[in-house]
Amino acid sequence: MPETPTVIEVRALHKHFGAQAALRDVSLTVRQGEMVALLGASGSGKSTLLRHLSGLHHADAGSPSRVDVLGRNVQAGGRLSPRVRALRAEVATIFQQFNLVDRLPVMTNVLAGALPRQPLWRTLFKRFPCCEVQRAYEALSRVGIECCAWQRASTLSGGQQQRAAISRALVQGAKVILADEPIASLDPESSRRVMSLLADVNRELGVTVLVSLHQVDYAFAFCPRTVALRAGEIVYDGPTRELDAERLRTLYGSQTDELFAPGGQPADDGRAGATLRALSPLAVGQAA
Amino acid sequence: MTVQTLTTAGLPPAPRRTPLSTLAIWGVLLALLAGSWTGADMRPLDLLRDAGNMAAYANGFFPPDFHDWRYYLAEMVVTLQIALWGTALAVVCSVPLALLAAGNITPWWVHQPVRRVLDACRSINEMVFALLFVVAVGLGPFAGVLALWVHTTGVLAKLFSEAVETIDPQPVEGIRATGAHPLEEIVYGVIPQVTPLWISYALYRFESNVRSASVVGMVGAGGIGMVLWDVIRSFEYSQTAAVLLMLVVSVSCIDLCSAWLRKRLV
Repeated sequence: MPETPTVIEVRALHKHFGAQAALRDVSLTVRQGEMVALLGASGSGKSTLLRHLSGLHHADAGSPSRVDVLGRNVQAGGRLSPRVRALRAEVATIFQQFNLVDRLPVMTNVLAGALPRQPLWRTLFKRFPCCEVQRAYEALSRVGIECCAWQRASTLSGGQQQRAAISRALVQGAKVILADEPIASLDPESSRRVMSLLADVNRELGVTVLVSLHQVDYAFAFCPRTVALRAGEIVYDGPTRELDAERLRTLYGSQTDELFAPGGQPADDGRAGATLRALSPLAVGQAA
Repeated sequence: MTVQTLTTAGLPPAPRRTPLSTLAIWGVLLALLAGSWTGADMRPLDLLRDAGNMAAYANGFFPPDFHDWRYYLAEMVVTLQIALWGTALAVVCSVPLALLAAGNITPWWVHQPVRRVLDACRSINEMVFALLFVVAVGLGPFAGVLALWVHTTGVLAKLFSEAVETIDPQPVEGIRATGAHPLEEIVYGVIPQVTPLWISYALYRFESNVRSASVVGMVGAGGIGMVLWDVIRSFEYSQTAAVLLMLVVSVSCIDLCSAWLRKRLV
C-alpha cells in the first residue's frame, strides 16, 4: 500500500474525569481519505476521544498525551495549542444532538462554517458575501434540504438537522470530519441517509472521516476500518470485515447485544450485520 | 395482595417533615411579626376612630377636576418619554454587562466584580438616584432618565445574565467547533437563544419604568410626578384625583400594550 499522508496522529492519550479513567494510553493513526468507524458501547470513550481531536477537551495535565491533526499540533501534555481555532476551521465536528442553533435559519447555521474565513467586523453583523451564500446553498443542495434554507433550524426533523450539520462541515471546507454518534438520535432511514452522505463526502471529496458508532451494522456497511474501544482502551484496530460475531463477543462480552441495532439481529452465519450489508450497494463497492 | 401494596411495595417512604419543625417555622414568623409591632407603629384602632375625618378627606377628591387636562397629558407624555429613554439606554448597557456577568461566559474574576457593580446599581432606589442626579444635572426630565438608566441597568443586566446562564451549551459548541472567534460564538450561539427572554424582560422593565418615572418626578425630575407633587402640596385634592386617574389609565394601557407585544414577539 503506497504511503498516504497521516491526518490524525494520537500518541499516549490519557484522560481522567475526576477519579474515573476515560481514556487510557490511546494511540491512533488515521491516514488521508480513510473512513474509520470508532466502535464501542456507551461510556467506552468514543466521544471523549473525538472531542480531544478537535480540542474541545484537553488531556490530563502532565501526561505524555499528544494529538496532531493535519500535521499540526492540537494539544500536548494537556495544553491546547494556541492555534487550535485555525485548525478547527479545517476539522469539522458533527454531533449526536446536531448542535444547530434552533432559532437561526438553516442558512445562517450552515454559513457558520464560513466564519473563520470572514473578517470579524463583518460576521458580527451576520453579513456574508454572496459567494459564501452560494457555497452554502450548494452544500444544502448536496444534502437535499435546499428548500428548507430559510426555515428555522428547529422546524427541521432530526435527519434534516443532521444533514444541515453536514452542510456546515462542507461549507467549512473541512479536510477531516469527526462525527460523534451522528446517527444515535435518528430513525433507521435517516441514519442510513446520513451515513451514505458521509461516505459520499469521503469518497468524492477525499475527506477523512472518523465516525463513532455504537451499532456494528453501520460500521460493516460504511466503514472499511474499525477501531474498537472498551473502557477507554483500544481493543481492536483493523479491517471491519475481520470482525465477526465471535470476535465481538470476546471483545465486549455481555455488552455485545448493545452493539447491534435494535431489531437488527446479527446473522447466524457469524457475520454480524450481513443483512444490512446486503441492503447497501455502497458497502459492496467498498468490500470489493 | 392488592394492587395498592404491589405498586407501593418497592417505593421508599416519602420524606415527612415533622410537625415540630413546621410549628417552629410558624412560631418564628409570628414572633417576628409581634416584635415589629411597635417599631412599625401599628395603630389599627385609629382607622376606626378617625373614620369620619378620612371620609371628609376622601370627599375632597370628588369630583375630579380635569380643567387642566391638556397640561396633565403633556406631562404624562414626558413621563413616558423619560421611561422610554431610561429603558433604552439600560438595555444597550445591559447586553455587554450581562454577558460579562454570566458565569458560563466569563471566568470568576470577571463576573464576580461585574455582579457586585450591578448589585450596587440595583440596591439603590430610582428615587435616591433621582435626588443625586437632580443635584448633578439640574431639575428636569434628564435627571429622571439618568436615574432610571442606572437602576434599570442593574436590574436588567442581572436578569439578562441569568437567561444567559440557562442556555443550552451544545449549539455554542457547534459554533466553536467550526473554529469561530469567541465573539462569534456569542453572536451566533448565545444571543439567538436568549433573545425571546431578553425582549420579554426589557418590555416588563419598560412597564415598571413608566410607574417609576411618575414617582421620580416628585423629587424634581420632571413629568407627571412633578405635577402630582405640586397639586398635593397645594391641597388641590380634586386635581390630584384627576392626575391619579390619568396615571392609572396610562399605566394600564402601557401594561396591556406591552403584554400584547410580548406575546407577539416571543
